[in-house]
Amino acid sequence: MISAILSYEFLQNAFLSGLIIGVIAPLLGLFIVVRRLALIADALSHVALAGIAGSLYLSQQFLFFATVNPVYLGIASAVGGSLLIEKLRGAYRHYEELAIPIILSAGIGLGAIFISLSKGFGSDLIGYLFGSVSAVSRQDLTIVIVIAIIVICYIYFFNKELFALSFDPEYAKVSGINSRYIQMGFMIITALVIGASMRIVGILLVSSLMTIPVAAAIQLAKSFKGAMIYSILFGESAVIIGLVAAFYMDIAPGGTIVITSILILLAVLGWKKVQGNRSSFAGKGELV
Amino acid sequence: MTKTIIQLDDVSFSYDHSIVLEHISLQVGEGEFWALIGPNGSGKSTLLTIILGLLKPSSGSVKLFGENLESFKDRERIGFVSQKSNSFNSGFPATVFEVVRSGLTSKVGLLKRYSKKDEQKALESLRIVGMDSFATQSIGQLSGGQQQRVFIARALVGEPDLLIMDEPTVGIDQQNVASFYSMLNKLNREHGIAIVLVTHEIDLVTDLATHVACLNRTMHFHGVQSDYNKMDEVDISKWYGHPVRRVHQHAPEVQE
Repeated sequence: MISAILSYEFLQNAFLSGLIIGVIAPLLGLFIVVRRLALIADALSHVALAGIAGSLYLSQQFLFFATVNPVYLGIASAVGGSLLIEKLRGAYRHYEELAIPIILSAGIGLGAIFISLSKGFGSDLIGYLFGSVSAVSRQDLTIVIVIAIIVICYIYFFNKELFALSFDPEYAKVSGINSRYIQMGFMIITALVIGASMRIVGILLVSSLMTIPVAAAIQLAKSFKGAMIYSILFGESAVIIGLVAAFYMDIAPGGTIVITSILILLAVLGWKKVQGNRSSFAGKGELV
Repeated sequence: MTKTIIQLDDVSFSYDHSIVLEHISLQVGEGEFWALIGPNGSGKSTLLTIILGLLKPSSGSVKLFGENLESFKDRERIGFVSQKSNSFNSGFPATVFEVVRSGLTSKVGLLKRYSKKDEQKALESLRIVGMDSFATQSIGQLSGGQQQRVFIARALVGEPDLLIMDEPTVGIDQQNVASFYSMLNKLNREHGIAIVLVTHEIDLVTDLATHVACLNRTMHFHGVQSDYNKMDEVDISKWYGHPVRRVHQHAPEVQE
């Protein structure tokens, strides 16, 4: 396996992209989960699908678009979707969550139209939907690196504001934190992470890599810093194991990465249950 | 003469054509402890929300520390503990220390990280409320009373001149309510922090506060505690909307 990675550029691209995504997706996912916004990642990934399908359709119609990486339009539409969600949340102050299913439906609707209009995209679209080990180009890797730098800088510099807004939005507003701009930035960053992850995990499964490792991490962590470390650790493990499994089984890595992260979650839940039983047993012992 | 830190002039507020507050005027001076009392739906929480700048009054003006609310930027001078703090997500993965330190977010400023000094401040704030030994514990593992002390520590960490609290004892058992109020008393007397407290526990608080404001859409009384205690039960019952009787020497109790 290692000799194959050293020999083939596409494998180097896939593994390097995977390692980077294994850090940034759960890192941002932690803020998404604690803010109870897990569905936003789903909505934006479906908007990205519309962008990808649109780009593939346009490439069939116009020669110019054949030279443009569909990931660009996927990212652009996810960013557009994130801004629209923010606008809609403002319009429905008492039903803010409505914005998410509206944008999600719009994404699927547009995607379906572009897919139907074309004469079929074949393996291209399947690669975007479920991820691919072989389809990650040097250009895709460069996009992932640039996005990772933006995401890490954003979280490094706005970590304390994001924590305050996630824990207690009302208090954050009262204490003078400019929640509007932080939130807008957060939505754009989420769209960028989805854009970066779709080549490896696939559009349909990208939100899983942002939420399942976090679901396992918050079972174990006492602190926010601890939750961050566990989330990255679980996300990275799922990506490495998933990519290796996908390589040997010659299947889409999105499925293997997500199933690995679910197995990690089940192991954590099982371990927690055993620990709980042990401590309650020990407690009974003390009473006797 | 004490400096005025909150000044409300003829403030009114309507929501969906129904009047919530009418012609409210009030002055809170530095170091004063105000109990804001009134029946359910009297507009107490709305008034606090207006003072905090989360709602705009329909008419009238609000000044904080001598500055118009719209241009007031010195937010760290105000600490806030809400009623909702009791219903926060108890599964949130954060330690007591992390929660208290987050009270410094605005003071530290954008693009900057917490310094060692900020961390010392957070620990000192926890010490003031008697929760320093819980610093590394998860916030969700604490009792309601302990959590509320942590939220007060968060409000205090920025060294505010004014502490605003909206029914902070909701969800706290009666045993801990008395020690909670005695801690507020200490904060007011020893640290000189002005307090504006909305509460239903009028028998406890009106003994503790230096000033009392009685609100039921309009301001029925505002003044020093001794003047409030001279008020007749019949008068209190009248503005409260139902019978009220005093159970302590200087404290009334609401009859359900």
